[in-house]
Amino acid sequence: MTGLQDRLTPEQVEEFGRELDDVRRRIVADLGAEDVRYIHNVIKAQRGLEVLGRGLLFAGFFPPAWLAGVGALSLSKILDNMEIGHNVMHGQYDWTRDPALSSQRFEWDIVAPAENWRHSHNYIHHTFTNILDKDRDIGYGVLRMDPTQRWHPYYLGNPVYAALIAVFFQWAVMLHDLEFDRIVKGERTFADAKGVVAKMVRKASRQVGKDYVLFPLLTGPLAPLTLAGNATANLVRNLWAFGIIFCGHFPAEVASFTEEETENESRGQWYLRQILGSANITGGSLFHVMSGNLSHQIEHHLFPDIPARRYPQIAGEVRAICEKYGLPYNTGGLTRQLASVAGKIVRLALPWVGEPREPGPRPSRLGVENQPAAA
Amino acid sequence: MTSLLPRRARRLVSLAEALLTPHGVDRYLELVNPMLVRREIRGVVTDARRQTADTVTLTIRPSRAWRGFRAGQYVRVSVDIDGVRRTRCYSPACSQHRADGRFELTVKADPHGLVSRHLYRTADRGTVLGLSLPDGGFTMPDRRPDRVLLISGGSGITPVLSMLRTLVDEEHGGEVTFLHYADGADDVLYREELAELARRHRGLRVVTAYTATGDGGDLNGFFSAAHLATAAPWYRDAQTYLCGPKPLMDSVRDRYDADGLSERLHTEEFTPPALTFDAADAKGRIRFAHSGTEFPNSGKPLLEQAEDAGLSPEHGCRMGICFSCTKVKTAGQVRNAKSGDVSGEENEEIQLCISVPVGDVEIAG
Repeated sequence: MTGLQDRLTPEQVEEFGRELDDVRRRIVADLGAEDVRYIHNVIKAQRGLEVLGRGLLFAGFFPPAWLAGVGALSLSKILDNMEIGHNVMHGQYDWTRDPALSSQRFEWDIVAPAENWRHSHNYIHHTFTNILDKDRDIGYGVLRMDPTQRWHPYYLGNPVYAALIAVFFQWAVMLHDLEFDRIVKGERTFADAKGVVAKMVRKASRQVGKDYVLFPLLTGPLAPLTLAGNATANLVRNLWAFGIIFCGHFPAEVASFTEEETENESRGQWYLRQILGSANITGGSLFHVMSGNLSHQIEHHLFPDIPARRYPQIAGEVRAICEKYGLPYNTGGLTRQLASVAGKIVRLALPWVGEPREPGPRPSRLGVENQPAAA
Repeated sequence: MTSLLPRRARRLVSLAEALLTPHGVDRYLELVNPMLVRREIRGVVTDARRQTADTVTLTIRPSRAWRGFRAGQYVRVSVDIDGVRRTRCYSPACSQHRADGRFELTVKADPHGLVSRHLYRTADRGTVLGLSLPDGGFTMPDRRPDRVLLISGGSGITPVLSMLRTLVDEEHGGEVTFLHYADGADDVLYREELAELARRHRGLRVVTAYTATGDGGDLNGFFSAAHLATAAPWYRDAQTYLCGPKPLMDSVRDRYDADGLSERLHTEEFTPPALTFDAADAKGRIRFAHSGTEFPNSGKPLLEQAEDAGLSPEHGCRMGICFSCTKVKTAGQVRNAKSGDVSGEENEEIQLCISVPVGDVEIAG
């Protein structure tokens, strides 16, 4: 028996799963015009900020206008990618049957093409959350983010690679779908990646075209300022998205799993893994919106296709269920979670940190003897 | 100069598209005014009148992507009800030559109809509706037949009235009979206009038959051979266009079959045609992921199978035209019962009512 299943008795797991199913059913039954009004308002705010930001950069010779323009454009890109794009592409609004809110048709303001991302994120990451060797979001195939990943001198650069990923996050998200590490290992050929690459080239040239060619050219003599402004807005979005996303799965107490542990999972066990493998960030309501409600990563991983504005509404209930079953509910302020992630990135660069996996079964780190982490 | 302008305008549009990628120009224009969209087709209601107790007649000004319609065709009309976009098919009732570019829909509030009741209750001047390009093969040939018999019942009047008004606009010189069935005088849509048209046009005869009141009409009772002989004695030489409730459609069709005239009868099917499928061959299991319901494939279309399993997916026409039952298929192969095509693409949108599973299939909704 492995630890993931040992945490609760089979009956408890089933009951726990049923309680979460009930939460889900209640929210699904309640979806309606209010949810649509909300996302339409967010979209209006995003498009408004975008037009405002682009407009202000036409007056970029005046420093306050440049700063305000970059600010508005950064907010627009953050809203577009997180509260709108990420969530719409999860199918959170597919029930509305509005083609503009359809997970299959939405495209976001980032170089990564929606279609590639949907596969690697919605399917691979959300199905195999935090399962080593399966969930490619663990370290993006580049970082050592888990103590059981075997150390290699290459990982001495862990903090540097993480910093590069943060700065060039939109490109990292795009290249992630190439699965370059698997090509190097020979598990995937360049021919396999051809379709994915074609989509990347098309999408990236459109994004680069507008941000770094067309809009700068349109501002005439201000072109360098506009280009710098657009690059800054992309950078701000990159850092913010990286921060929020890495806080979702990599703070110190968050668990990862092995393939054996997760074989033949029931729905209850799947829920359990999502809770143990995710962490929330506390903050005000504006912060939640700007994080695309990924500050409620736990609720998001339990119910990835429920409109994100519902996560704060059910967070109390989910936490109470966790407490009832003695499960950890990992949450903390942004600074604390970020520091925890940064510490992990630095520590795991070192050869003496970690616990290399033995061949064959190993004692799980998730056994019943573990005390629930303080929530 | 004139030839330069459109090209310049086109260039401006493609520049705007490049600047507003990935969302596109429409997603910004619509925030200013929903009717400014360039690619999507929408319509704004410019007039709403309720000519009988349970119908609403809407005049609609379509957005710029609209390209007109042919009399007898239908358009898909979408409205958001409780946050969910619902789509139904309605046939314009006006002439296809209407000068102001607008068109007219008459919607009868069906007591069980979600969309028709919503439109009846709420549609008013300024309401914006989603539209599709017109569709459907229930149309007259470009070379109009000399003798035309138009038969309709209840709200089935709309496509054939469109044909009549079109023929009138074209100053059709032959014989036209408009035979319409309604419960009673109060339920006859467009009664005054029909009378007026009949007065003004030689060769046009309007015959109303009342089925419920039993008297007061030009004819009374349900469709019969005698009605046909009275209304259009020349019906054997005519082309007949028919739209109405199923009993009317069936009895007219039986009459024409008996007379060996089925080639001359054209119908607008608002009821599903028989789809062919083989239950004996059915393999695999069907899973509706949202509800977690799973059952063995019976070989029927997915909509019926879902209903048999106790689910109640949203649906409309049940014949593959309204797209109300569209869902995302996450895995497996389905055969389109209309076209016979088999498709196994991941995450494709399929219409449950005409998709027959081939082996294991998973539906997201």
